[in-house]
Order: sequence, then C-alpha cells, then structure tokens
Amino acid sequence: MLVPVEWLREYCDPPLSTEELAARLTLTGTKDERSFRYGAKKPDHLVVGFVRSVAQHPNADRLRVCTVDVGEAEPVTIVCGAPNVAAGQTVAVARPGAELPDGRTLTAAKLRGIVSEGMILSEDELALGSDHSGILVLAQGPTPGTPLSEVLPSGTDVIEFEITPNRPDCLGIYGIAREAHASTAAPLAAPPWSDDPGTFSGDAGGVKVTVECPDLCPRFTARVFDQVTIGESPLWLKARLLAAGMRPISNVVDSTNYAMLLSGQPLHAFDLDRVAGAELTIRRARAGETLETLDGQVRELDSDLVVIDDADGPTSIAAIMGGARSEVSDSTTRILLEAANWDGANIQRSALRLGLRSEASARFEKGLSPGQTLEALAVTTKLLIDLCGARVLPGTIDVGGPGPDAPQLTLQPDRVNRLLGSEIPSERCEEILAALGFDVLEVDGALRVHVPHFRRRDVTREVDLIEEVARIDGLDRLPATLPPRNGAAGLLTQPQRLRRLAEDALAARGLSEIVGWSFADPALLDRLRLPAGDRMRNVVTIDNPLSQSLSIMRPTLLASLLDAARYNVSRDVDDVRIFESGTVYRAADVLADEHHALGVLLTGAAAPASWRGGPRHEADFFAAKGLLEAVLGIAGVEFSLERTDWAFLYPGRSAAVLAGEQRLGFIGELHPGVAALWELGATAVWALDLGLVAGAAASTTAYKAFASFPALREDLAIVVPETVAVGDVIATVRAAGGRDLETVELFDVYAGEQVLPGHVSLALHLEFRADDRTLTDDEVATERAAIAKALAERHGGELRA
Amino acid sequence: MTALDRIAELQREAEAAIAGATDPKQLEGLRLHYLGRKSELPMLLRGVGSLDPSQRVAVGSAGNQTRKQLEAMISAREAELAGGEIGERLDISLPGSPPAPTGHLHLITETRRDIEDVFLGLGFSIAEGPEVEHVEYNFDALNTDLTHPSRARTDTFYIDDATVLRVHTSPVQVRAMIAQPPPLYVIAPGRVYRPDNDATHTPQFHQIEGLAVDDGVTLADLKGTLLAFARQIFGEDREVLLRPHYFPFTEPSVEVDVSCFNCASGYLRDGSLCPLCKGSGWLEVLGAGMVDPNVFAYVKDYGYDPESVTGFAFGMGIERIAMLRHGIPDLRLYFDNDLRFLRQFGAR
Repeated sequence: MLVPVEWLREYCDPPLSTEELAARLTLTGTKDERSFRYGAKKPDHLVVGFVRSVAQHPNADRLRVCTVDVGEAEPVTIVCGAPNVAAGQTVAVARPGAELPDGRTLTAAKLRGIVSEGMILSEDELALGSDHSGILVLAQGPTPGTPLSEVLPSGTDVIEFEITPNRPDCLGIYGIAREAHASTAAPLAAPPWSDDPGTFSGDAGGVKVTVECPDLCPRFTARVFDQVTIGESPLWLKARLLAAGMRPISNVVDSTNYAMLLSGQPLHAFDLDRVAGAELTIRRARAGETLETLDGQVRELDSDLVVIDDADGPTSIAAIMGGARSEVSDSTTRILLEAANWDGANIQRSALRLGLRSEASARFEKGLSPGQTLEALAVTTKLLIDLCGARVLPGTIDVGGPGPDAPQLTLQPDRVNRLLGSEIPSERCEEILAALGFDVLEVDGALRVHVPHFRRRDVTREVDLIEEVARIDGLDRLPATLPPRNGAAGLLTQPQRLRRLAEDALAARGLSEIVGWSFADPALLDRLRLPAGDRMRNVVTIDNPLSQSLSIMRPTLLASLLDAARYNVSRDVDDVRIFESGTVYRAADVLADEHHALGVLLTGAAAPASWRGGPRHEADFFAAKGLLEAVLGIAGVEFSLERTDWAFLYPGRSAAVLAGEQRLGFIGELHPGVAALWELGATAVWALDLGLVAGAAASTTAYKAFASFPALREDLAIVVPETVAVGDVIATVRAAGGRDLETVELFDVYAGEQVLPGHVSLALHLEFRADDRTLTDDEVATERAAIAKALAERHGGELRA
Repeated sequence: MTALDRIAELQREAEAAIAGATDPKQLEGLRLHYLGRKSELPMLLRGVGSLDPSQRVAVGSAGNQTRKQLEAMISAREAELAGGEIGERLDISLPGSPPAPTGHLHLITETRRDIEDVFLGLGFSIAEGPEVEHVEYNFDALNTDLTHPSRARTDTFYIDDATVLRVHTSPVQVRAMIAQPPPLYVIAPGRVYRPDNDATHTPQFHQIEGLAVDDGVTLADLKGTLLAFARQIFGEDREVLLRPHYFPFTEPSVEVDVSCFNCASGYLRDGSLCPLCKGSGWLEVLGAGMVDPNVFAYVKDYGYDPESVTGFAFGMGIERIAMLRHGIPDLRLYFDNDLRFLRQFGAR
C-alpha cells in the first residue's frame, strides 16, 4: 500500500524523518517495501510568477515570449509554448536550478534565439495531474516570488508498506496513522469520519435496497445526494491520489477513491437518475447468466458471483466491476453513494476467476469490517458537500447492520511474559492496547479488553493480544536465550547417518551429486521399455501439473540421472560420473509409496586417465559394481547379485542386488536402445532403496580376535568352463578350504591360446592361517587337495601346473 | 688436550672423512680406522675406568654418543653409495597417479547438512515426512483457513481432493507431534512443491522446518536459537532482527532478518550500495513464530495441551540460504545439474 507521508502526517506526525518512520513501522510489523519521492524533488527554485506581457516569438509560430515577474528586481524572460498563456495570469515558474518531478534539472536555455530564464509549468509537469494541454493558471493573490510550496502541494515522500493479510485495517491511511501512533507515541488526530454531515433518520430519497444473499453481503449502506456538480478535483486532492498511485478522474469519483485510501473501505457512486426504478437488489448470479462489464467484455457468470440489479436487471458485478449503465458522467446531478461489506474469500475467488483485480477488490478480499462502511460514507459525504456542491438527503440506508459485537477478551500480564520471555509490566500492556484502539480495563490484575470493530477478525484470543503487545513493545528488546531442551538428544538416526556415509563414499570416489526433478514425463515409462504391469508403471500422477511433461512423480532415480547425463554430454562432457540421493514415488492406496533411493550413473571413462599410462577402463558393469561394493561395504551389508533382466538394462549385464532374500535394487549396463534415447553411449547404472539398505546394515560390530601366527600363502590357477561363474568358484573354494582358509582373492582371469577353447583360467590368491599354531606345509597341502577335488567335482575345474 | 676435546676432534675428523668417501671400500677402511677394536675411540672408552671419577661419566657418554653417530653416518653413506644415482630429481609438478579425483556433494545437500549440524548441536533431531501429503496435514492441522488462497489449485499441486504435494515442510511438525509427546526438538528438512517457475521460483525447492515444544519455551528462546543459527551459518558477528509478521500457524509470527555479511550497514567500503542486501543492511532469511494454540489443539490428544505447552516453529528455504552464502544468481541453476556448477561446491 502506497502511503504519501505528507498525508499520513496530517493524522500522526512523529518527530522522525521518513526513513526513521519507515524503519520504526517495519519493526512493529508494517514493513517498508520501498520509499520514493513523488512530485518535486525539493522546493528550491519553484516560485509563483505573474505574467506581465506576452509577445509572439519572432522565429517560431508556436512559441511566445513572456515577461514574468518572479519577485526579483527585474522581470525575467521566459519562452512558453502553451496556447493558454496570457498576460495577467498568476502561474507556477521553475527557475534555473529547479529539479522537476520527472528528474530534469532546469537550466537557462536559448530557444530559437531567445534565452528563456525559466519555465512556466503545467499541471502534468508539477505531477499534480495529467493535463499537459496548457500551463497551470493559479488563483490571483500570491505575491510573485512566493515559494510554490506555499500555494501548491509540492511533492511528498511515499512509503510502500507490505500489509499482511490479517491487517486489512491498515489498508487505509488512518489505519497506518494508528500504527504510527502506537509505535512512536506521537499523538493521533481524531478520525476523519468523526465529523459526519450525514444523518441516520430519513428515507434517503426513497431508494430501495434488497440484499438476497446476506452471507456474501453482510452489510450494504448508502446515501443519496442531489445538486451535484461534476468537475475537476482541487489540486491538493489530485496530488494525494497521484502520490498514492491512483489517477484523478472527476470530483465525485476522486472523492470516493480518496475516502477509500483514507479509511480502507471502497465505495461506489451511482448516477441515481440512471438506476432504473431507484432500487438495487444484491443477489447471487444465476449459472450461465451473462453480463457485459465496463471493459466491454461479455462475461459468463456463476452462482459464486454476486451481481447488483436495478429494475432493468444486472448493472454490475458486486465489489469487482461497476456497470456502464449507471456510471457517473458529466451530466450527473443525483448520486447514490454505496459502501458495502462483502465476504472476502468470495471476492478473492471471483476476482481471480474473472481476472479482474482492483484497489477495491484487493481490499474487499482481505475481509473488511462491516463497521468501516459508515466511516467511509462519512468521509465521502463531507467531500461531496465540500467539493461538488452536493446536498446530502436525510437518512442512511443500512441493510445488515454492524453485525455482532467483537468479543471481550482477558489478558493476564504474566502470560505475556511467559510466552515472550520478556519483562513487560502490566501498565505497558495496557498502554499499547489502548494506543491501538482497544478499550482496556484493569480488573483484579488482569486486563479486560474490548476489541475494536476493525480488529474483530484478527484478534480473537489472548495470544492475539500478546502478539500486539510484543510487536509494539519491540522484539528488538527481547533477550536472546536458548530453550530448556529437556530430553533433547541431537543425534542422527541410523538411516540418516547411513545416507550421509553413502553420499560421502561416492563423492570421495570422484562422483558429483546431482539434485534432479521429482517431476517426470509419463513418456519416461515407455522410454525405459517398462512392460505393462511393471511396478514402476504404478506412478503418482499430479492432477494439475505445470505441463504434461512434468505430470508424474519419478518412479526411479534413472529419470533424473539420465536427464542430467544428457545435459552434460550435450555440452561436450565425455565422462559423466554422477549420483543422486533422493525420493522416488509409486502410487499407493493412501498417499504414496515413497522411499529414499541412491542411484549412480557412469558414462565415458570409469576413471580419469593417468599420465603414467595404463589401460583405460570404460564405465561398464564392473566400474559400477566397484562403487556398489564400496557403498554396501561401508554400510556393512553382505550382498549378492542375482542375474536378472531388467527392461531398461543390457540383457546379460544386469542383476538384482540382494541382501539375503531381500532385493535392494538393481545394477547393470543401460540397454543400448535406452541409452540412445538419452543420446548416451555405453552407460552403467545402479540404484538402491537406502531404507532397505539401512535395514540390512550391520549394527554394532563385535571384535574378532586376530591370530598372531604367520599365514601361509598359496596361489592357485584353475581352468573351468567359461559358463561357470567366478563367484561360484570362489564360494566353492571357501567352502572346501576349511576354517583355516582366511583370504581368497581373484587376481587374474585369462582366456586364450594356453587354455582350452570354451574355458577360462582363474588365478586365485589364498591365505591360510590358524589362530592357535603355525600351519605346516603338509596341512596346507591337504586343504589345497580338498579344494582341487571340490572344484573338479562341482565345476569340472582343473588345476594348472 | 682433555679426553672430551679429543672425542670432539675425532668426531669432526671422521665426519668429514665419511662424507667425502666415494666407494664402499674406502668407507670400510674408515670404519676400521675410527671404530675398529684397536682404534682410538674404543680404546679411549675402555680406559674410562682409569680416569678421575669426576670425568668418567662425561667422557663415557660423549664417547658412546660419538660412536653411535659415526656408525649411523657410515650406514647412511653406505646406503647412499649403494643406491647409485643419488640426486635424480622428480618433476614434482606432475599430477598424482593414479588420479584420485575429488567428488562433490550438491550445494543443496552441503547447505542442508551445514544447517542440520547447527541444530543437531543445539539438541534438535531430524524428523522426516512424506512429500505426497494429506490436505489435512498440509493445511487443516496448521490452522489454514478453508478459504486461504494457498489452497487454490494455482498455488498447490493436487494428486486428488484429499492429497497434495506438500507446499511446505510444516506438516512434519504435525507428524512429529503425533509421534512423540513433548518435550520435542526437531528440524525437518525436505523437498516441497509450488506451481511457480521463474528465476526466483522453482516448482520444487527445499525447506528446513524447526519445532521446539517444551515446558516454558519463549519467543526469546526462538530469538536465541536463530541467533546461534545465523552466527554459525553466516559468520560470528551476525545479529538477528525479528520483524512482526503473519502466518496462520504461529502467533506471534515474525520474519527474521540476519545482518548482512557482505557490507557494513548497507554500504560497501567504496561507499556503494551493497548489492546483496540492497543497502538495507539486513537479509530476509526465514519465517518463524510461537506455535499457534490452534495447531496444538489439533494434536491435543497426543500430549499437546494448548493451555500448558508452548513452542516455537520456524521455516527457511535451503536454496535461499545457499543463494545468499554463495551468490547464486538463478534458482534454476540448482536443478540443471551442469557439472561446471556442481564441481564448484561440496568437495569431498
């Protein structure tokens, strides 16, 4: 809300600069969004002038050369292009050095050969209106040379305040003045509606108002005026409207807008002679009904919208847009002035639905107090009488009335301090609440508080009163303490710790973490070749997505990992090694089936090359498996892989990751057809459900004694058919090797000339150690023989010499 | 010449000779000459017993020390000579091999963990909740009016009429209170969703919610907690400013500013306006307040009687904190996952 400070100071004028005032109000909850200067930047060099004579410019048809008395010893010469300039006028003059509202600084300038020592100003150039057709002619009287600021509004600081939705009472200048009063203790002037020339007895010219939907229109008040003369508003009023961001239109409309800006309550003036039957009916629109609004659009209505009818049917959409039919015009002489209260939520929905938001609807949608209607009527009544020569007819129409009284609340001062941790005395609480317009009475140490009508929605409980005390007393005065923290622990849970460990493990191995979108394209499911009925097809679908391509929640981290890989590869990054730690979603009966997943994607080289050479390892199954081993090793999970074909993985190069019987996730090389859709070459991936990993993780590790007797080392080369899995061979070796076999390590796999076709040679490194003695060569030879026998029987394996 | 002087002289002489030796044979000769059974130093040591008692200890220890040093020096020189190419220089500017590349946590993860660690240190635990959430927990339980605009389909993603993508981490407050009676100290980091998409709004972003409910928790406690947070995250000289504000689920409600770490009271050293705080000297960082009694009323049956417990709650955006700390110009950078962005932060 734009608040011209000059206007604000009419009601509350603390001894603070604009900046200080804005800062103070910010600290008490009315936040200063920005402030600026409206109108003349400073009053210097702007003076009253008297035009002595006007002569045609010798070199320009449209310019005149004026001799202007500006209060100096000699009159000055000013070249003026306005058609209405004439001798004998009192005018506004800018002398060289003046800073004009548009930012220009005036200098003496030669215009077609004649030096102009200033400028005669128009309304527009003074930011007092939009009229640029000619110069502004002032009333006769002021002596030439008088500072312009003494006869005209000369610019004002403007503060734009952010008003929180609970404070519609601050959507008017007087409401802000009340805040300034409470915040600074500067006196508050009587409200502008305390002087009401209107009356409450009389039939208000016989106008009839019927409200058919009191739920949406709790109060409708109106007055009738005659002898209205439509014209321009005075400069002071135009200046205030402009500074507050509204355009002056005519004295009647400006009066209603002025009253709205001051009181916060919007009003509407009807030309009573154009209100058919001199009657208004406020009702819900009928579904399908159409109405042509002021902007010329034909709009289809529904029963959530409220319309105002006269005897000829609908004239306007209540609180949102007036109707052209009964609009005030230059010939208007009789006015029906309305100030009504509407259901805020309904107005908000309606304004949003119609795409019509105005200063008025923005106020109504916050839910104003029914009490504000009469305040705004009073302010406008006075203005219409003073500015438009109007006569107010006796009586005030009031349908609905002020509504129930606001409740009476009790404030226990010790509860204030118990909630805030402050030491605010009871008298201070009382003082603050009184300054904010609450009636406070001390009864037995407690404060009995009567809430004013304009805070009725916002302040309904003791805690709401405590907030008032807290903010006005100043949160800057609160001490900074720490809570008692009874029973507080401050520990990560085991799954949370594991998540961090796993992420760190991957980052420590050179991977970069991505954070992808939860949203995915439903086409993802087909692109991943998921068969009908696949679990991952059971997705969560957003009912109102930003777009179709962002309409499902990702069922796998592959969605974002693949997108991120493509993004980087398309920017000429050859080797992408990334991981993501995040939620994936599948549909469920209640909410969704969500789990925290950890996923890895590698494409290009599996590791950066060394300058010492060595083979380049591609990002393949085994590169991915190494990382999987690292993460599950850190988690202390014993896992196995089970050959499984996944639709999106390379057949024969993919597996399920198991901990016992529990499936933790998948690993494999990406199906080339899938990789191609993301413009990727050979790519390896895995993903795990970290919740399941945490469940399978070892808890506390128990100490195992290690023997100090020396180990005997043996290397074993064995030839097996290539169809035999190395993992099975190792398992056989372990089983046959007995309890003294400590370590089995694969260090070479060979297939080639020296091995039978269809066979591979595996080289294993074995370590035997007993925990109670030094093993002998004979003992190890026995174990070795047992291993050889088992390998031959189970896998057709043959030891190589 | 005293025995001690003679030992020192022998040591100097022998050291020079050993350093100058150029082949193992010569070195062996030196060993015999200085340390052999019949050589001077061992003889001297054997004769210690005949010295004046006042000198025995000093001479004995000096002699033994010299003998040990000379032995070590001969061995070292021997090793050097055996090693042959002494003085071969490495190009120490070559990179390590094999390369051990540095990986990176995402800036959001790094920032989130930094914030988590502050609150873990203050005694808070980390609570979690689903992202696909009940309308009831997301709005109703948090005292959000049925007509509140945030419920509109323009402001919230709906799965169905009763289910949304949570618009804030606040429903975890409700879940945490249902799960555990007071005292309760939790933070809830997580992903949240709102249908906006531009440089300053992404449809998904991350928040950290905080909730403390205990006997006699005050607004001053909130201030102290957030001051501790601000100092650990933005620097030890930081101050906090609480400005009254409005949120449906807290009363009183505040917005919390942290004094700008980039400038002094809004201006840089060269006198220009600080681009970070735009000259205000303060950075708007989070929203907070005392838990509204209506929120407690919703979980009253779980031990949260609005008449007897008090608590504070706060919520902050992780992207915003990271943006302020690292000068990130556009929120969308977080989710593009350009490696040139990712590699700038969170090195591990």
